Amino acid sequence: MKILVCISHVPDTTSKINFTDGDSKFDTAGVQFVINPNDEFGLTRAMWFKEKQGATVDVVNVGGTETEPTLRKALAIGADSAIRVDATPTDGFFVAKQLAKVAKEGNYDLIIAGRESIDYNGGMVPGMLAALMDANFINTCISLEVEGDTAKAIREIDGGKETLTAKLPLVIGGQKGLVEEKDLKIPNMRGIMQARKKPLNVVAAEDASAQTEAKKFEKPAPKGEVKLVDPDNLDELIDLLHNEAKAI
Amino acid sequence: METTENKKELLRGGQFLVKETKAEDVFTPEDFTEEQQMMRDSVKEFIDREVWPKKEEFEKKNYALTEEVMQKAGELGFLGVAVPEEYDGLGMGFVSTMLVCDYISGATGSIATAFGAHTGIGTLPILLYGTEEQRKKYVPKLSTGEWFGAYCLTEPGAGSDANSGKTKAELTEDGKHYKINGQKMWISNAGFADIFIVFARIEDDKYITGFIVEYDKENPNGITFGEEEKKLGIHSSSTRQVFFNDTKVPVENMLSERGNGFKIAMNALNVGRIKLASATIDAQRRVTDVAVKYANDRVQFKTPIAKFGAIKSKLAEMATSAWVGEAANYRAAKMIEDRINLRMENGESHADAELKTFEEYAIECSILKVACSEDIQNCSDEGIQIFGGMGFSADTPMESAWRDARIARIYEGTNEINRMLAVGMLIKKAMKGHVDLLGPAQAVADELTGIPSMDKPDYSELFAEEKEMIKKLKKVFLMVAGSAVQKFGQDLEEHQQLLLAASDILIETYMAESGILRAEKNAKRFGEDQQKEQIQMAKLYLYHAVDTVNQKAKEGIASFAEGDEQRMMLMGLKRFTKYENMPNVVALRNSIAEKLTSENKYVF
Repeated sequence: MKILVCISHVPDTTSKINFTDGDSKFDTAGVQFVINPNDEFGLTRAMWFKEKQGATVDVVNVGGTETEPTLRKALAIGADSAIRVDATPTDGFFVAKQLAKVAKEGNYDLIIAGRESIDYNGGMVPGMLAALMDANFINTCISLEVEGDTAKAIREIDGGKETLTAKLPLVIGGQKGLVEEKDLKIPNMRGIMQARKKPLNVVAAEDASAQTEAKKFEKPAPKGEVKLVDPDNLDELIDLLHNEAKAI
Repeated sequence: METTENKKELLRGGQFLVKETKAEDVFTPEDFTEEQQMMRDSVKEFIDREVWPKKEEFEKKNYALTEEVMQKAGELGFLGVAVPEEYDGLGMGFVSTMLVCDYISGATGSIATAFGAHTGIGTLPILLYGTEEQRKKYVPKLSTGEWFGAYCLTEPGAGSDANSGKTKAELTEDGKHYKINGQKMWISNAGFADIFIVFARIEDDKYITGFIVEYDKENPNGITFGEEEKKLGIHSSSTRQVFFNDTKVPVENMLSERGNGFKIAMNALNVGRIKLASATIDAQRRVTDVAVKYANDRVQFKTPIAKFGAIKSKLAEMATSAWVGEAANYRAAKMIEDRINLRMENGESHADAELKTFEEYAIECSILKVACSEDIQNCSDEGIQIFGGMGFSADTPMESAWRDARIARIYEGTNEINRMLAVGMLIKKAMKGHVDLLGPAQAVADELTGIPSMDKPDYSELFAEEKEMIKKLKKVFLMVAGSAVQKFGQDLEEHQQLLLAASDILIETYMAESGILRAEKNAKRFGEDQQKEQIQMAKLYLYHAVDTVNQKAKEGIASFAEGDEQRMMLMGLKRFTKYENMPNVVALRNSIAEKLTSENKYVF
């Protein structure tokens, strides 16, 4: 089985978020980048398929040279090779187009992407990718097994779970549940040394124009001060909730 | 003077004192390769997941937890970084070795100690002095964590005087074994070690001999253990007495030659010392980090305490020591790595190259051990102070950091022994002509009686004042140590307080210079604006160094010089420790602290 894991290069969750260019661009200065957590759950599950079922695992990212350390980490964790599509990821459609090309050309049986990246949280790429490839698609996937050319998956649905089967090729929108946090792999020293020798192929981007453009970002308004109301003074509480908070 | 492949100058051990180092020739953490950055991140992730969240558990004497973490560290390859590939290690250079040691040691002294004892004094004696058979038999098991190692040198009556041990090794009648009898104490990892490096005396030899002793629970071979020691800190590091009663060791398990044990013991300690220094760095980063967050959160007088000058001063000093310590450690680490490579290129075996290199840089190893072990003590002490009453509570991480730090000033040779060694070794090197101190010392003596030079550097240039000051601090050392050697000759070693004072001058000079070189190199490549706080930290550290040098030199001079000679030297000292442009240290501290508190973390 040939598996392709799509890796997004995203800011660490503890990063301070700022914007530049009139609040239209994310300010990357001083920000640490990591593998998108939803992708890392998928990568770890892919490594299970490699160990137990002899699958080959390649990783792919759409981004500039600055994303290569993230791909190297995936190689150090155990992926066989990496592909970087040399382009700035402008929007979900553009990224999905690039990934679809790589996935088709590589004849992958299983493509695992995170259900969304934790930077822009678009959540569009896996679905678009499946559509562009004309492949089956299971989103919010929390369990995945493959036998022959059939996958058995469980996905999270509102208030419950759905178990389903699908034929390969298949695109997965993965998340926590595919594996748990404790299963995530820390790259070992030998893996890090081998990562240097594994192929990291840079390919040119396919012509595709972005369909959306970010105009402006806003941070949530800072929380106001907490007002304490005396328990005997319910009228004041009602007044505040009605006139100030406009909650009732 | 040798140069490395990229034509940078490679100084000899101790030569920093008489030879100017160029900023572009020093290695700094900003020079880590992508691979080294990945290694750093991997070790950090391991500690953040496996150790830091269990910090409280490590205070409950949970030796099994330490063993479990060590096993996991073995699986991830952290124990074999320095071991050549032919013995199942990773064969990485000394910078990578220090890097792993640095980041694995920051969360608790218990892991720092277990890791240091195993990879350093538990493994290295076999790697460096063992026969090929011994290496093949033991090192692969040690480098993967299948077995753990411990080092048995100290005895109830033999601590700092390590060669005075009473443990005996006696050849059996058939000539096939040695029978070891004796008592060893303060043995780290004793509770779970499979191999003990044991030093014992054969007959009435002048020097002790090293042996590799296997321990098998099912067949203890006369080896028994005392109870776990009740210690001030490093509560989950196993520390026991080890007793040998007619323990039979095959003759082929002798390490190196008969009577070579003291040399092995001392050389293993040189490596142990510099690694111990690196083992304090991440602890300083973490303590500072926690202190910054607390200072931002804690509100008194309706103000986060991080806004108060009293707290800013502490945060700035804590970060500065950590950052300078890091600069000095990696500067020395790369010098050691380059020297090992150079020796191997010249045909020496890996083991010989390492041995000779660590002997060569024993001075730097001692300097770093002393400076960094005292820095983590101060750092955690101020950490407690920032936490106030909460810092005194075992519920905050400051309390255990402070207790864990205390042992670092004692083991791998006390700081007093290391201080005296650093100066003693430097003087010996000078006597043997390995480093030319006599010429420069004479030049300083001439300068004292001559007319002072009126040449001034261009102070508008970055670090012009500071680099001039470093040159002058070196002159102070040459003046004090040079005169002391003239006065006392071989008897200088009897004058311990004078040696300690000289040593502090040496230590402060090396550390301050390392900070300045790092900031200078980085300012050149990343820009002065981007390196604003780093430049300030280098200046702040130097300011304290100048004060210490002044104080210690006065103490030293007054102890052996009188009358005109004393007056002349004190005048020289005044000149050598005088700033032309006095730095505003309050402003420096404020700026450094504000960077830390605005980012809400240790950020350098």
